[in-house]
Formats: sequence, C-alpha cells, structure tokens
Amino acid sequence: MHLTQIVGDQVTTVHLCSRCAAERGIETDATVSQTPLGAFLATMGKGGAAATPPLLDDSCLGCGATLQDFRASGRVGCGVCWTTFERPLRDLLRRLHGATRHSGEQYLNAGDGTPETEMVRERTRLRDQLRQAIHGEAFELAAQLRDQLRALDG
Amino acid sequence: MTGGNPPLPTNDLAWLDATGPESHLVLSTRVRLARNLVGRPFWGRNAAADRDEIVQVVAEAAAGSVSLADATLYRLDALPRSSRLWLHERQQVSRDFAGLDASGTVRSGAAVLLGGRAGIMVNEEDHLRLQTLRSGFDLDVSYAEADRVDNELGLRLSFAFHPEFGYLTSCPTNVGTGLRASVMIHLPGLVLTKEIGKVLQGLAQVGLTYRGLYGEGSEVLGNIFQLSNQTTLGKSEAELLDHLGRLVRQVVEYEMRARDVLRRDAAAALDDKVWRAFGLLRHARSISYDETLNLLSGVRLGVGMGVLPAVPLRTLNQLLVEGQTAHVAAQAQLDLDDDAIAVERASLIRRLLEEELPR
Repeated sequence: MHLTQIVGDQVTTVHLCSRCAAERGIETDATVSQTPLGAFLATMGKGGAAATPPLLDDSCLGCGATLQDFRASGRVGCGVCWTTFERPLRDLLRRLHGATRHSGEQYLNAGDGTPETEMVRERTRLRDQLRQAIHGEAFELAAQLRDQLRALDG
Repeated sequence: MTGGNPPLPTNDLAWLDATGPESHLVLSTRVRLARNLVGRPFWGRNAAADRDEIVQVVAEAAAGSVSLADATLYRLDALPRSSRLWLHERQQVSRDFAGLDASGTVRSGAAVLLGGRAGIMVNEEDHLRLQTLRSGFDLDVSYAEADRVDNELGLRLSFAFHPEFGYLTSCPTNVGTGLRASVMIHLPGLVLTKEIGKVLQGLAQVGLTYRGLYGEGSEVLGNIFQLSNQTTLGKSEAELLDHLGRLVRQVVEYEMRARDVLRRDAAAALDDKVWRAFGLLRHARSISYDETLNLLSGVRLGVGMGVLPAVPLRTLNQLLVEGQTAHVAAQAQLDLDDDAIAVERASLIRRLLEEELPR
C-alpha cells in the first residue's frame, strides 16, 4: 500500500506491504474490515469477550433496544441508549474519532436569561404539557394550560 | 406537481451567484448540524406517529424563531418523485431520504423545512439535519448562520445532549458536535495531471473525506469533489472548521500549481480540450447530464485559465443545477424518463451560453 503523509507543506509517500503497514498501526483491508464501525460491529457477538461488558444483554430503558440491535443496524436507538451502552460505545468512538469526549459547544438549553428568552422557554414548557395532556385525554388540565398559554400570548 | 404541498422553492439558490471567496474553484460551502430531540426514539426505532409529531414540533419551533419564521414545510412523503428529485438536485435533501435509491420508498414523516438561507431535513437519520449553503469558500459565515438557527431552535426544543459525548446522534460517526462541513471544489488540474489520487489519499490521512457532487455514496462527476471533515468528536466546532479550512486552502494551492504545469507543459492540448468542450456545449442538439458535467468542467477550467471567453461563473453554476433531469423536465413539462429531456437540456445550454457571449 502507499501511504501519503502531509506535514506542513511537505508531502511524503511511503510504500509499505500490508504487514509493515499493520505494524505501523495503519488499518488495511487485510487487517480489519473496511471501516472502524464495521470492524467494531463484526467483533460483537463473535466471541469478542473483551469488548463485551456485562451490560450487553440489558436492553435500553428508553427504547428497548439491545446491543444486538445496534450491531444489526449500526444505529443507536435513542438518547438513553448512549448511557445504557456507554462502555462499548466509548470503545467505538475511540476508534472512529480518536477521542471520546466532546469538546465543542455546550448545550445547556439555558438561554441568555433575558425576559424574552424566559418567555420562549415558558411557552415551550406549557405547549409540551398541553400536548401531553391532550394525548392523555386530560382535557381539564389541557384547558387550564391553554388558558395559561393565551395569557402569556396576551 | 407537489401533491398538496406548497409550490417548490425558488429562492434557495443564492449560492449560485459565485460571489463567495474562491468562487473560481469552490462552488459552495455547506455546514450541517445533526440534532435529536430528548425523550424520543431515534430514526430506527420510532413509529410513524412519532415522526409526524416530530415534524409538528420542529415546524412550530421554526415558526417561532426569527431565522426560519418564513420557512416552508414540504412533506416528502406526499411529493411525487419528480419534485423529490428536484429538491435533491438543489441539494436540499439526501438521495435515500428522498426515496431516490433502489427501494424508491419514502419513509412516512420525511419532511424538509426550507428558509431563505437554511434548511432542515426532518426525520432523516437524525430528527433534525440543519444545513446552510453559501457561495464559494465560506466556512465561517456558513457555520455562523447554522449556529444562529441552532441556538434559536435549541431554546424552543430540547436537544439530546450528553455531558461526555455531546450532541447525541443516531450514528456514532456524527456524535459530539454533529457538525459536517463540506466544500464543493472543482479540481480538473489535479485530475488532468494525475495528482488527484495522491492529494485525496493525503487528505484521508489527516481526517478529511471526499464525496461526489450529490454527497454520500455518489460518484465524482465533472471533477467536482466535496471535501469534508470525517470526525465530529473531540475537537471544537472552531477547530474542525479551521482544520478543514487550512486543508482546503492547501488543495486550492495544489490545483493552481497543477494548472501552471498544464499551462507550461501541455498548453496546446489544454487549448484543444477546453475549446472542444465549449464547442460541444454550444452546438450539441442532444446531451446527457453526465456529459454536460464533464464539458462544463472543461469550460470552467478554460474560463479560469483565461483560454476561453469570460462566461460568467454564475451561468456555469446555473447550468450545473438547471441542466439536471428534474429541472429540465419541470421547465419543459416532460416526464422524467422522456427522451426529449436530452434535447431540451442541449437547447437550454445553447441559449444560456449564447446570451453570455459578446456579439
């Protein structure tokens, strides 16, 4: 295989056999399957005991998905899955991204504390509750929430 | 033609005007943010009713925002194939999402919300795929626009966020920032000098990935490459954009050097190639889109190197979009599989090019 590295303005190409490439830690078709995700998924359920902590058989409390479901689809079932399958997912993230910790923008859903923002937040909260109330056929509560929303829109 | 949906948008192609930085090489810059809503199953595990509710919740949040207050909602699951292809050709929806893959089916709840400068695919692989598109090489402004919409929606919706993993996504390849920035760049010099393989391989080594004109899984046509960041976790948004930006600037430099080599070592062959491309486009009576793309690449190169008359980049960009099948079909009121599309396309190209030439 040919390995091209760019450091600054310098482009260097090194020719390596698969074995030497593997020794340098470069993944080739011969060493792993084509993507880290594919490789990770391939090790799951194939006696990959080291990569299968005890949580494996537990299903997610959020959506009922199991790690086997993730293996089959390559997709995480819901936000709670990320906590339920935290350990195996962390291993995967290390291979996919070379990191496991988010260091970008923090989402606090806190807004900037201005009255306008607080108004938006309050309206959002009431609307969510109203939707739930209607869904649960709690019509008295729904009527109260509707009135509160109207008062806010006032 | 829109199956109960509003008329298809026409105000979403500001990027075509070629006014952005490095427009001679970089067609457009796109920033995409993947977001999911708290407490709702993701893509693979939600039901039709969940997806309908997500469309409703997102549309309400957008209507209450400043940036997307006037956005229009299109339900892909109620649009005919011609309209879905039309939106895909304008890069507003991905291929599978629009039901344009082999299966040909559109998932219920698939929708896209389109404002002037930002769009959101709803119920794609993530609940929200927010994207902005700008002319030329403009990562910072494109991100600033996406970030503004994201902040506005983030107040009105509750996004799934984990203290360690960041924004949670359906596919682990997108987790963290959820940010995928792509630069659509035209690299005929590197292709003609056969340097492109090395450059792409080098980019892969430093965390960049490339795709064709239509994104993931699409083949490279017309020497147009989409370069984007491969990882989304472990670096801040600014670091990811900076890394991509530095590498794209390097690629721009390589392309310009390759053009110098062509000018020096193959001037006559280059001259012939670009004039032939120009001649074919100006005189063809029937032409496929693939051939159009290849010839437009030659013309763009010839204009960029001062070999051909200065056809405005805007016209070349316009042909790139309006020469596509669903656009030609809509314009000429033809079915998508009508053989006359190739004839209409050739006629459109001749007309636009003639309008731009000095008399």
